[in-house]
Amino acid sequence: MKIAFLSMEHLNKTYSGGKVAVDDFSLEIEKGEFVCLIGTSGSGKTTTMRMINRMLQQTSGTIKLNGKDISELDPVKLRRKIGYVIQNIGLMPHMTIRQNITIVPKLLKWPQKKMDERAKEMIKLVELPEEFLDRYPSELSGGQQQRIGVVRALAADQDLILMDEPYGALDPITRESLQDLIKDLQTRLGKTVVFVTHDMDEALSLATKIVVMDDGKIMQVASPDEILRHPANEFVENLIGKDRLIQARPSITTVGQVMLTNAASITPDKLLKEALKTMHDRRVDSLLVTDDANYLKGYIDIEDIDYNFQTATSVGDVMHDDVFYVQSDSLVRDTVERILKRGFKNVPVVDSEHRLVGIVTRAALVDIVYDALWGDDDKSESKADSSQQGGAAQ
Amino acid sequence: MMHFLAVYGWSLLGKTWQHIYISGISLGLGVLVAVPVGVLLTRVKNRVASVVVSIASMLQTIPALALLAFMIPIFGIGVKPAIVALFIYSLLPILRNTYIGMNDVDPSLKDAAKGMGMTNWQSIIKVEVPLAGPVIMSGIRLSATYVIAWAALASYIGAGGLGDFIFNGLNLYRTDLILGGSIPVIILALIVDWLLGKLEVAITPKTSQG
Repeated sequence: MKIAFLSMEHLNKTYSGGKVAVDDFSLEIEKGEFVCLIGTSGSGKTTTMRMINRMLQQTSGTIKLNGKDISELDPVKLRRKIGYVIQNIGLMPHMTIRQNITIVPKLLKWPQKKMDERAKEMIKLVELPEEFLDRYPSELSGGQQQRIGVVRALAADQDLILMDEPYGALDPITRESLQDLIKDLQTRLGKTVVFVTHDMDEALSLATKIVVMDDGKIMQVASPDEILRHPANEFVENLIGKDRLIQARPSITTVGQVMLTNAASITPDKLLKEALKTMHDRRVDSLLVTDDANYLKGYIDIEDIDYNFQTATSVGDVMHDDVFYVQSDSLVRDTVERILKRGFKNVPVVDSEHRLVGIVTRAALVDIVYDALWGDDDKSESKADSSQQGGAAQ
Repeated sequence: MMHFLAVYGWSLLGKTWQHIYISGISLGLGVLVAVPVGVLLTRVKNRVASVVVSIASMLQTIPALALLAFMIPIFGIGVKPAIVALFIYSLLPILRNTYIGMNDVDPSLKDAAKGMGMTNWQSIIKVEVPLAGPVIMSGIRLSATYVIAWAALASYIGAGGLGDFIFNGLNLYRTDLILGGSIPVIILALIVDWLLGKLEVAITPKTSQG
């Protein structure tokens, strides 16, 4: 059986007085994941995080790090292996930046030379000048201080970093640059991060896995895409917010949602004559070819019929079987570019069993691109515009 | 003035030294006991801490002369009972300031220290005591001033010191002796306070390159 990097099983935390802070919390985290715990205040997200480095002791349940039950480890040694970043930054005001960065290495009794090298390496990592090493925290701006706070948690090669609303106290611009920084460091260095936040935007942009919590319980565990596409319940929906769901639509819309379902199709055993008649009736210049079970086989267009009318008789003889198609559950965001680049007039859509379910036309794509750029609000306008565009093209 | 110094000069020096000796030992003992106890109080339940601080406050309310008198049956007369009594007096300001200073250290710093893997002891030595240093030091300064002033009373139980001049002066209605004892006590208190003030600045942790 594969052992998860960090696994939490049936965690409960009940405070004296009977307040249940965390209620049957189970989660497995793989190495390299960026997990965001998100919820309103009092949802138990910070409590959960603090149990991982034993700053709090769970009432029941087990936490295993690399398969080892952490309750059997020395809490002090455990904490030295886990990076810890807090909202209030918590840089020691009486220590220089160099001393602050090397607190954990010093606790681990690294040689002085190695610590100095590490301090330089770390300050480079967060793009601050080396002179800062000899300054004191009060001489740095809040954003710079938290950059140091972040590398302090990396300085002793910790694989797991816990971050408790680390950017909550920063202004939006600084916060964004720090989000980029941590995301970059996390992917570059392959760290595993458990990040507590109440900011959905932050969670959506950073996480590979979002854990939504309410009242001590897990509401949903999913990737950012999934959570936008299928919020598990009303609570999650509210937490995400209507605005965000609408904004996110272009990026989470599936091909199935925008395709036309009345694709003109024909079976290969039909005569070309019949194919021509279908084209004429449907006023199209090409037909998709499917078998009786509706499996997509290929396509045929008017040129083929015109060219081969004398020699061939059935659709199967002249159809092209190298048809480009898309899956109905693939994201429009991912496919639209491919479709446009290849210059198809339209693209058949198949389900997971390769059955034809619809068709995406270029006109529909125009709508999608338009929506993505100008949003959902002026939908009516977009319709008008796209038809105008079509007219101009012809 | 010159006449006073000519007559009492050497004796004044001797008494001043006695005075410094008594206060110095009492204060030193006070620091050695009250600082660790104050630190310890931050690691026990709040209730225990408040009981201990109340006891120290209570001791503080015993009139100085009465406390000195209490010491006679236990330690006899002389320097020893005086040192014990003054030591008791020195405890409260140091104890209270240590406790308050330690508790006032930003909780997020203590959280960060613990979360990074400092032991309790490391957190105290590397983080909390340095940051509480100025507050602890001002408690020590306050105690020092008290102890030096009250050490004058110790002459009453035969401990010597500058109090001898003051009490002799009072008994003999000699203003020059009273002033000759009081002024050096005041000067001594001011000098010690100034020196400890310097020390306070020196131990105040640097937080900027300045």
